[in-house]
Amino acid sequence: MTRISLTVDGAKVADDVEPRMLLVQYLRERLGKTGTVVGCDTSNCGACTVHLDGTSVKSCNVLAVQADGCEVTTIEGLAQDGELHPVQEAFRECHGLQCGFCTPGMIMQSVALLKDNPSPSEEEIRLGLEGNLCRCTGYHNIVKAVQHACGQGAGAQQEVTA
Amino acid sequence: MIPAQFDYLAPTTIDEALAALAEHGDDAKILAGGQSLLPVLRMRLNAPEMVIDLNKIPELRGVRDDGDHLVIGAMTRHSDIAKDPQVGEHAALLQKAVHHLADEQIRHRGTFGGALAHADPAGDMGAPALALGCEFVIAGRDGVRNVAADDFFVDLFETAIGEDEILTAVRVPKHTGWGAHYEKFVRVAHQWPIVAVAAAVKVDGGTITEARVGLTNMGSTPLRARAVEDALRGQPATEDAVREAASRAAEGANPPSDLNGDAEYRAHLATVLTRRAVLTAAGV
Repeated sequence: MTRISLTVDGAKVADDVEPRMLLVQYLRERLGKTGTVVGCDTSNCGACTVHLDGTSVKSCNVLAVQADGCEVTTIEGLAQDGELHPVQEAFRECHGLQCGFCTPGMIMQSVALLKDNPSPSEEEIRLGLEGNLCRCTGYHNIVKAVQHACGQGAGAQQEVTA
Repeated sequence: MIPAQFDYLAPTTIDEALAALAEHGDDAKILAGGQSLLPVLRMRLNAPEMVIDLNKIPELRGVRDDGDHLVIGAMTRHSDIAKDPQVGEHAALLQKAVHHLADEQIRHRGTFGGALAHADPAGDMGAPALALGCEFVIAGRDGVRNVAADDFFVDLFETAIGEDEILTAVRVPKHTGWGAHYEKFVRVAHQWPIVAVAAAVKVDGGTITEARVGLTNMGSTPLRARAVEDALRGQPATEDAVREAASRAAEGANPPSDLNGDAEYRAHLATVLTRRAVLTAAGV
């Protein structure tokens, strides 16, 4: 067992964990933060995306011990004082989800993308979300939601061509 | 899927890491960015008894100028290379290639040295590193040695790094003012290339004076397309001249056959991608 201390969604936590425990397991099984989901378990789908010290990572591909001393933000830590984060609001507004399983990862990666590039082109949004798969294939509305979140073409969207 | 049990060390200096490696030998595995290793551990394709994590060693990270070389720490993350202005100016080919590597989240975590030490022949960083003639700085208990790019990649997932050694940095000869392009062919998003070509060219007054071309996934290691490089030297930077030179891209290669395409298909693909890569690099 290894002792780790970290900050998750603004709260300080400390635990003894096995070195082999994945960060996503730690978040879900120890902290009960089941908003972060396990999709593919092969680091392909991006559903488990969280922020580790401010950058997006796939939490199935990081060990919990590696988050020692770090700050982790999950989908559950985005809303502030009961107000949805603007990207969450945009996904709701633009119906950027169908079954909703990929949504936590899509939103976390979208937030990271907009932090790096506050006004991305449609192509940059699609490339930025390359590591997030939607099995419902609802990509058009996801892209629209990201555009909406950064104030591009709200309401009157240009035709999106695949 | 959960990895088998292992013990874990996170040394804070290279010397500590080498000592741990010496102590645990064959039972130990080095963890860099972990974007290839953790999937392998989860699928239990490998089950080391000890994992030595290099993420807490600050001296392994960063890009610095060293005269006619850039020195890139082995634990420098792909996303840092993608943004580094020195790399953009002096080794643009690395930056062109790194944008095609996996996806944003993987690039935030994966490292330059880790990807090269993993030596996947379909990995995106090997061919550009080989084409630019990088030197690999490898530390062991007896000191540090530099290995030339031509001697670094030995075979499938095998490099010149010894079992008791660690790749600490990569020395990149500056290619200031060279045009560069990485042309990658894939069928689906964020995957390994079926074939990719890394090209850097120096063009002077419409003539290609020097060219460096690396091939991804055309053999058990990254390869230099030396026949193309030789054929390009002194040629005009025109579509016809480049097409002629690129037709030699697969000479000496031994591409794999798999579900994505057989060897013959890859050999043809290499000529097409080489033409595109060189033309784009040359600004034609």
